[in-house]
Amino acid sequence: MPQSTAPARSKETFDVAVIGGGMIGPAVSLGLLERGLKVCILDEGDDVLRVARGNFGLVWFQGKGFNMPRYVDWTRRSATLYPDFARELKEHTGVDIGHANPGGLELLLGDEEEAHRRHFIGQIYQQGGGKEYEVEFLDRKLVEDMLPGVKLGDDVTGASYSPVDGHVNPLFLLRAMHARFQQAGGSYLPHHRVSAVNRNGDAYDVLIEAGTVSAAKVVIAAGHGLKQLGPPLGLDIPIRPQRGHILVTERTQPILPMPMSAFRQTAEGSIMLGVSAEEAGYDDGIDTQTVATIARRAARTIPALRNLNIVRSWAALRVLTPDKCPVYAQSRSHPGVYAIASHSGVTLAAVNAKVASNWIAGDPAPEEFDAFGVERFDAQKTA
Amino acid sequence: MSARQYDLAIIGAGPAGMAAAHEARNLGLKVCVIDEQDGPGGQIYRDVEHVAMKRAHDLDVLGPDYKYGFGLVDGLRAAGVTHLKGHTVWQIEAAGTVWCSDGEKAKRIDARRILLATGAMERPVPVPGWTLPGVMTAGAAQILMKSAGMVPSGPIAICGSGPLLLLIADQLVRAGANIAVICETTTFGDYLRAAPKLPEAMRGFEYLQKGLAMRRRIKAAGVRIVGGISALRIDGSDRAEGVSFKSGGREHSVAASTVLLHQGVVPNTQASRQLRLDHLWHDTQHYWYPKTGAHGATTLENIFIAGDGAGVFGARAAEASGRLSALQIALSLGRIKEADFDLKAPPWQTELKHHRAVRPLLDALFPPPAEILNPPGDETIVCRCEEITAGDIRKAAGLGAPGPNQLKAFLRAGMGPCQGRMCGLTVTEILAAAHGKPPAAIGAYRIRPPMKPLSLAELADMDVTESEVG
Amino acid sequence: MLKRRHSDAAVVLILIDGVTVEARAGESAAAAVLAHDGGATRTTPVSGAPRAPYCMMGVCFECLMEIDGVANRQGCMVRVAEGMSIRRQQGARALERET
Repeated sequence: MPQSTAPARSKETFDVAVIGGGMIGPAVSLGLLERGLKVCILDEGDDVLRVARGNFGLVWFQGKGFNMPRYVDWTRRSATLYPDFARELKEHTGVDIGHANPGGLELLLGDEEEAHRRHFIGQIYQQGGGKEYEVEFLDRKLVEDMLPGVKLGDDVTGASYSPVDGHVNPLFLLRAMHARFQQAGGSYLPHHRVSAVNRNGDAYDVLIEAGTVSAAKVVIAAGHGLKQLGPPLGLDIPIRPQRGHILVTERTQPILPMPMSAFRQTAEGSIMLGVSAEEAGYDDGIDTQTVATIARRAARTIPALRNLNIVRSWAALRVLTPDKCPVYAQSRSHPGVYAIASHSGVTLAAVNAKVASNWIAGDPAPEEFDAFGVERFDAQKTA
Repeated sequence: MSARQYDLAIIGAGPAGMAAAHEARNLGLKVCVIDEQDGPGGQIYRDVEHVAMKRAHDLDVLGPDYKYGFGLVDGLRAAGVTHLKGHTVWQIEAAGTVWCSDGEKAKRIDARRILLATGAMERPVPVPGWTLPGVMTAGAAQILMKSAGMVPSGPIAICGSGPLLLLIADQLVRAGANIAVICETTTFGDYLRAAPKLPEAMRGFEYLQKGLAMRRRIKAAGVRIVGGISALRIDGSDRAEGVSFKSGGREHSVAASTVLLHQGVVPNTQASRQLRLDHLWHDTQHYWYPKTGAHGATTLENIFIAGDGAGVFGARAAEASGRLSALQIALSLGRIKEADFDLKAPPWQTELKHHRAVRPLLDALFPPPAEILNPPGDETIVCRCEEITAGDIRKAAGLGAPGPNQLKAFLRAGMGPCQGRMCGLTVTEILAAAHGKPPAAIGAYRIRPPMKPLSLAELADMDVTESEVG
Repeated sequence: MLKRRHSDAAVVLILIDGVTVEARAGESAAAAVLAHDGGATRTTPVSGAPRAPYCMMGVCFECLMEIDGVANRQGCMVRVAEGMSIRRQQGARALERET
């Protein structure tokens, strides 16, 4: 295995320097390595924000892309590519990322919630101009049939269901991508916090504490780090942190056969409970009120969950754009510098590895990308 | 809300907690002690009330140092503080809220100051076979004697180093247990390295005397003691059947159905980590301890730490530090004046100094062996809960995992019910060796609430705003 | 694996895996199970490996047992009571309370 954890010296040159070792950087890098490019990933240390570690593991389709049909298409593409992506990672690294596509549910408590969801999903369908949108509504009885052995709480009226939805083990995904990256000859450089990127002739100098790394192209996949790195490079992208909490139970015998937007049972047996959204700045600490709220809703939805012990909780900061849709942008002022920002790094891992990477390698952008540039934020501001 | 608050919430009813509660009450503070056990004493004085009053024969075996704890328990009872026994703390908020649970209901305690007195735990001893039934810590055997009057039935192997090793052997000998062998990892080199610390240790001479007396008694009972051992392994397929080790250039195997391991005691830092306090690394004893200022003050204004949880110095030192923290807290609340503090503190400062005197010698004499800190065998389990081996961790380090948190993400190490208590130190050591960096630079697991598991029902049913009053 | 030093403490009748056993007042569930028959008190949900209490003070979580229908309780933290039903925790717990 190449010893790629030595600090980079200023003479080291790459075709592409990818800033960020979370869900997006490694995914894109795998595709770049397939193209025969020389790639490095510059990553920070151990106890920093690292949003990628705070992950539910959903490969989620339903409900995404409100007001942005291109995002619906892009998400569907990723879900379709996932099985091959997972299989290749397993073949190369031996790591099974546990991808499954049994479909997914969003359980609805009460008529008001159901009406709201129907309206929301209906709008996404309409925005797609009549194209097939694979989300349907199930009444309580049909939901019960889909979840044999699970007693639903009295308040559950039904659910929205999509056969496109699935889930994956997000930590094994991260590990497999890292393993494949190094196996395929990529240079992984942890403890290489990037302070700035400067133009140097036709290429770029990526500034780190120990010196610089030179690259013809730079991809900023640095999560919240984009806020500091982007603006001097003509990529002033309005991302903000939005905190989400997850509670994790002890290992339990298999009971949930499919993922739900707020519940997911892992292959090891632990059940993950979400979902929350708080505006808390960059504070990724636990908020007790939020924990109680998640717990209450979980107990209302599937009362037997009350018996389980919560063994872990965490909060992570989503990288959120104003329209909740991703950014794939190339800088106008600094050609060769790209930025990718999204809070759906897990869902998009497959399409990032297999399609977005080609765009960075120089191929024409995928058709979906006409909606993912930064210009839309100006338009949204004046709209 | 402030009218309903306690002045001081103390977490832990061991020597530091009990002494702090008594002192604080004397100073007029409104005190709540929250402790996981259903009776006071912590681990060192566990069940001392019960044993002293109902099991005198066990008291003889356990010895006068244990009996001493009865006085502290008496003091706690007399103090008339609110004692929430059988309550497990699962979250602490620096502003002054402690979240706990009695197993049925999650509760909230508000206090102007919080004293962490959560003590220490045995250093985990990852050797091949350590997860087999029949393998326990030396402290576990002591607890069984204290709380249940039980001793292991078959032949016992006691392995490791440190004063507690001798103590448990002495107690077991007096209880008539069958000790097959005591294997000490302490080497002649350790004795040499520790010799310069002897003069200072003489200030705590009674500790040295006790140690020598124990060793004499054990030898006189005919117990086999082997020193300078290495490559310890526990043999057996579904339970412990014996130990194997190297000594004097030879391999030895001894049959045993119980194996007691001990390699010193380390601070239990779950609470101090959950509060995100800074921690320092102890170079000789290889453990993390929270950074504290005068008399247990921390960088968080409302949080204080006393006892072994701030650094291991033993039960008598813990008691003195609990008293001093209580005084400091009372001063910080304006309940006593500087002059009162200057009057009351010095005797406890002297006590503290006296009981700490022997520690540098003990630390130097009983450093944990390198092969315990960084188990050489790839097959040795490090994370017991998730069954992650030393080899798994070294491989992940090669993948570039810079520290325990990325390692946790890659392997699930630290994600089981014990929340990293059993594997944390070993993970830090293995990563340090793999990356060629000192442990202090590697760091530790991020600890988030709940610090101990609690049911979803309790979380769902709790009223976040409702505070328990005394 | 363990023997009681004295037999004068009050007897408490408990069930261990359905078998009636004489425990003594003051013992923890974990101690009572170890005194009844040594060996494993649970099997792990990861690999089914046999485990038994290691620390007896609540930090190792090896003593997980089902007590009075509630799964995964730390047996070292619960004292025996008359009629208590203790079952070894075999692998991952079930979702519902055992009746």
